[in-house]
Amino acid sequence: MVLIPGLNKLPSSTPTTLADLPRLGMGRVIKVVGDGPASERLRELGFAQGTEVHFCRQAPFAGPIVVALRGYQLCLRLGEARLVLVEKPGGTV
Amino acid sequence: MTNTLPTIALIGSPNSGKTTLFNALTGLRAKTGNYPGVTVDRREGIVQVASKGARLLDLPGTYSLHAISEDEAIAVETLRGTRPHEPAPDGVLIVADATTLERSLPMIAEILLLGRPTLLALTMVDELKARGGDLDIFRLQGELGIPVVGVVGNKGLGIDDLRERLLDPTVWAKAKNLPQSDVQARFAWADALLKKVTRHPVQESGLTRRIDSILLHPVLGGVIFLAFITAFFQAIFTWAGPAMDWMASFMDQSARWVLANGPDHFLTHMFADGVLRGVGAVLVFVPQIALLFALIFFFEASGYMARAAFVVDRLMGWVGLEGRCFISLLSSYACAVPGIMATRSIPSPKDRLATILVAPFATCSARLPVYALLISAFIPSTPVFGPITMQGLTLLGLYLLGGISAIFFAAIFKRGLLRGASLPFYLELPPYRLPSFSSIAIQVWRRVKVFLSSAGKIILAGSLVLWFLLNHPAPDLGVGADGPPSRQETLEQSYAADIGRALEPLFSPLGFDWRMNVGLVGSFAARELMISTMAQVYAVPDDDENFSGLRTILTTPDPITGKPPLTFAAAISLLIFFVYALLCLSTVAAIKRETGSWRWPLFMLAYMFAVAWVAAFVAYRLAL
Repeated sequence: MVLIPGLNKLPSSTPTTLADLPRLGMGRVIKVVGDGPASERLRELGFAQGTEVHFCRQAPFAGPIVVALRGYQLCLRLGEARLVLVEKPGGTV
Repeated sequence: MTNTLPTIALIGSPNSGKTTLFNALTGLRAKTGNYPGVTVDRREGIVQVASKGARLLDLPGTYSLHAISEDEAIAVETLRGTRPHEPAPDGVLIVADATTLERSLPMIAEILLLGRPTLLALTMVDELKARGGDLDIFRLQGELGIPVVGVVGNKGLGIDDLRERLLDPTVWAKAKNLPQSDVQARFAWADALLKKVTRHPVQESGLTRRIDSILLHPVLGGVIFLAFITAFFQAIFTWAGPAMDWMASFMDQSARWVLANGPDHFLTHMFADGVLRGVGAVLVFVPQIALLFALIFFFEASGYMARAAFVVDRLMGWVGLEGRCFISLLSSYACAVPGIMATRSIPSPKDRLATILVAPFATCSARLPVYALLISAFIPSTPVFGPITMQGLTLLGLYLLGGISAIFFAAIFKRGLLRGASLPFYLELPPYRLPSFSSIAIQVWRRVKVFLSSAGKIILAGSLVLWFLLNHPAPDLGVGADGPPSRQETLEQSYAADIGRALEPLFSPLGFDWRMNVGLVGSFAARELMISTMAQVYAVPDDDENFSGLRTILTTPDPITGKPPLTFAAAISLLIFFVYALLCLSTVAAIKRETGSWRWPLFMLAYMFAVAWVAAFVAYRLAL
């Protein structure tokens, strides 16, 4: 499935995910949803509650995104990025 | 003696400089094996200081002790001491990049919670300083309780001190102030600890940001990536090519010399044509493997490989693979053997297997002589557009057919046989770094050694068997024959010819006669041998320049039947068969080595043969 950032805006009451980071620029981790291996690994990679995540870049055609957190850069596909709930600090999205 | 040495397990996340440190500590005193039943390299080396030493076991890199892949499970089980036939380590050496402690400290905490004597080596301390960071290592040691050593692996700084300490893990102090093992608590602990020991936080690498803004630019990045793979591909062809030709001709000259100067005996022939040419068939791959891995390790250590995977991931994602599979498929265009060996960098076993399963479809350089011969003999050089001829287009078509088929079958396998939960995709983009030359050289040497000792044996044995089939039994020329039998006579009465005739029912629907079947049997040792085997079957003189003699023979109609030995339709059929069939003993040996059993190489022989047969049959019918 092709997900185009910005076109699939979630209702404002739902927290946004890391997949929206290209639009947000940065976000603070609320939590990682699920308990599959991907969610488990994302937590271990540093997506702990309160961690600030900055958007770096995205590959064309809704490709993977690169984010910066905890002093390093990580490349994720949008599917995995959607597991991380984030909020924009200092305001609702 | 090695049994009395303490065993130290080396653990760290990918990109932490673990391999460089292992190479700096052990040098060439390391051996590579395989963990039983799985396809993960087991690397062990000796750290030597004067007469004392320690065994250093390099565990697969991992970001977490909650293993989600085969290699991570090995690392974790070894640390816990729960792996069968692998005693619990006497000490643990953790490698962590000093610039990314914020991420790696939580895993360090988890390792410390195992309660084994542990030493922490911080790498990249020079880079930390260069990026404005300052870390109180003495305080960190005090807070953690365990010894902490700062090193620069690629410059050898701190290595001697570290080596000294590894000799006796019993004197390492115990860890203290450890957090709870749940992940949130560990990250909170790491943040608090880091606050205490950081004098100046490390800044983002400005160089990396500037390079990335070009190399990962949405448009420019793609163009540079294309230039990169073109250069990569070209380097393998133009640099490894001459070395391979030299190696092949050297072994060929040696064989000829032995034949000319040795006694005319069965053993002389076996040594020259079987052993020497067999060894040649193995050695010929060495320049290519060495060069390919030197390039791969260089780009991996410099940080570009992860970027290349980022650029190409969207494209590979459509097929169901990921960015890192691309390099293996690309390498297979030069030769499937190093391409298959390069699949080790793919973390997901399913993606890795899917890549191996289709890699031989990529048009390797050994197919080129066969394509060139058949195209020049059967395809007219009609100009199509400017300097482009029908012949050139046919060659391009064959190359594309191989690539498209590889992608197509990879997609099929990922949706069928290898369906199911695959590993989550994530990829660290480390800062750009200058790789250590000696570490790369050691890694390349290890790869070559692994190839020679495992795949090489199978190739040598297979070459001997094929030599035997092609040259035995000794021809019976009857009474009155003068002189020794010619190569053609030998071949016509050989076991290979028997096999060729026996295969006629199978291959006549494709338009092949028994002579071509013998060529196919010969090509199994190496695809390019198809031509020399056919030259023998059709008795082309030995000094046939550019195979013009063979070309003439193949296309000249037989005076009795009025048909040439190879018709146009049969030539097309043969070309298509060559695109698909796994006619390469060396590739089979490499697959056996990389998948750990005969199951997958046999499966590949079968399915690729089936695809080749059907495709060649269709092509033959259409071309008739």
